[in-house]
Amino acid sequence: MNLKEKIIEKLLLFCSLVTILTTLGIILVLLVQTFKFFSEVSLISFLTDTEWTPLFQNKRYGILPLLSGTILTTLIAVVVAVPLGLIIAIYLSQYAHDSLRSIVKPGLEVLAAVPTVVYGFFALEFVTPLLQSVLGPGLSGFNALSPGIVMGVMILPLVSSLSEDALYSVPKNLREGAYALGSTRFQTAWKVIVPAAFSGISVSVILAISRAIGETMIVAIAAGQQPRLTFDPTVPIETMTTYIVQVSMGDIQHDSIEYRTIFAVGITLFAMTFVLNNLSFWLKKRYQEEYK
Amino acid sequence: MKGKRFRKRLKRFKNVRKYELQDKAFQYLGIFCTFFGIVVLGALLIDVLMAGLKRLDWDFLTSLPSRKASEAGIYTAWIGTLWIMILTAIIALPMGIGAGLYLEEYGKKNKLANFIEINIANLAGVPSIIYGLLGLELFARAMHLGDSILTGALTLALLILPIIIVSTREALKAVPYSIREASYGIGATKWQTIWHQVLPASMSGIITGAILAISRAIGETAPLVLIGSLSYISFAPTSPLDPFSVLPIQIFNWISRPQPEFAENAAAAIIILLGITFLMNGIAVYFRYKAQKKIKW
Repeated sequence: MNLKEKIIEKLLLFCSLVTILTTLGIILVLLVQTFKFFSEVSLISFLTDTEWTPLFQNKRYGILPLLSGTILTTLIAVVVAVPLGLIIAIYLSQYAHDSLRSIVKPGLEVLAAVPTVVYGFFALEFVTPLLQSVLGPGLSGFNALSPGIVMGVMILPLVSSLSEDALYSVPKNLREGAYALGSTRFQTAWKVIVPAAFSGISVSVILAISRAIGETMIVAIAAGQQPRLTFDPTVPIETMTTYIVQVSMGDIQHDSIEYRTIFAVGITLFAMTFVLNNLSFWLKKRYQEEYK
Repeated sequence: MKGKRFRKRLKRFKNVRKYELQDKAFQYLGIFCTFFGIVVLGALLIDVLMAGLKRLDWDFLTSLPSRKASEAGIYTAWIGTLWIMILTAIIALPMGIGAGLYLEEYGKKNKLANFIEINIANLAGVPSIIYGLLGLELFARAMHLGDSILTGALTLALLILPIIIVSTREALKAVPYSIREASYGIGATKWQTIWHQVLPASMSGIITGAILAISRAIGETAPLVLIGSLSYISFAPTSPLDPFSVLPIQIFNWISRPQPEFAENAAAAIIILLGITFLMNGIAVYFRYKAQKKIKW
């Protein structure tokens, strides 16, 4: 091995180490600012106070209203995306012709390529008025329902495509065995294939939830900026991501408590997605081994 | 006795009918759901086209932002997007491809590579807004780059790095091992093998991933809002250290205003942004097709 080869290897190693530095950087930045935040606000009140008003005179720092906003929009998105995505995955893998699949799959993937700011516009200018004409004026101009549904459409390709991969990786002989016993395609899908691919499907659902929790622009545009501890989908709310955007658009002094709130909210967001991502990674490793 | 048996058979037959119906019903439900996604996409496109097409003309592309909706244009925004696109690519592509090469060709089985792999899977799932917080503290404040194009490009480069690494590894995996062995067999070193054999053979796949990653970067809004990318700047940037705006930020700014004329502007800018996104995805699909067609090992 000559010197040039060695230098190149070290250089390439450095490139991959950048990813570790990135993770370290994220954790460090979040921790430092959050630490400063908690020197002024107690952790107990952060986790239990029911009001979030750091930008007002009477400052309260309870994360619960932001958390409920995030959970509500995520829940709506999951209710839209998971049944639809799963049915699409089963249909494409069990029923559809290959020619149809080769058209529909890229078509759905276009949905994943649309920038989220465009989805935000769509939620605010199209879906909300549409819902208002159906549900009546009880639905506020900013609400959780419309961005939730649109977010569901955004994560739909994630669920359908990953679930289909999971259904596909179920060994052929299981499927053929079910057919040989006289099962219909429906029975084969629901009683044999879906249970066998269950962990793979869970991975897709978990990743979709993680995406919805971290999604920013759709909710920032269409859900409003009013932190509110509620699960009513018709009123304006605020998610954790929207709050971070709201603060960084205003004129907030660096090194003020208001500035630090976005890191405290950010670390909460990061912790939630981190747990979900690792769970999905662990499940994925496990089910890959199952059928080797 | 005979009658009972017959009834039993009849019942079984009825069950078969039931299951067949169930099977058919699910088929139609499947068709319905599959086209639901496509229909939503269609509604989105029609909505945007109807709202924005009449606003789209040459002046719109060449005018500076303005407080008057009818005079405002996206000149600074698309210049900014172009800057971000090129700078992000320059930073992220060599690094991402290099990391992909290391993980696939060099450190395949060691513990460090395994750890890096888990780490990359994690990074790919970190919300983009968190990258914005990192960019704000690290590049904008600690490195004193402020709200410049460079800060934006560095932040977005870190954001798309995992995508490039994963797609590079996929492309490298598709090159059969025999190619490498043949190269070693005639006396090539490891790097010579990679440079002259493996990289050219996997180029189409790597390009596909790179284009998709860049397309993701130019559609991002949240991280750039965080680092303080301005939405009202009256001049186009001329160096990487200038403040900037990009198309998604301009769109977000216009959507946030209550006047309906600005919504029209937003729709027109969305048409441009979607045009760029779909074009890049189309090119990526072409390269993917080429990658699948060309190589038959």
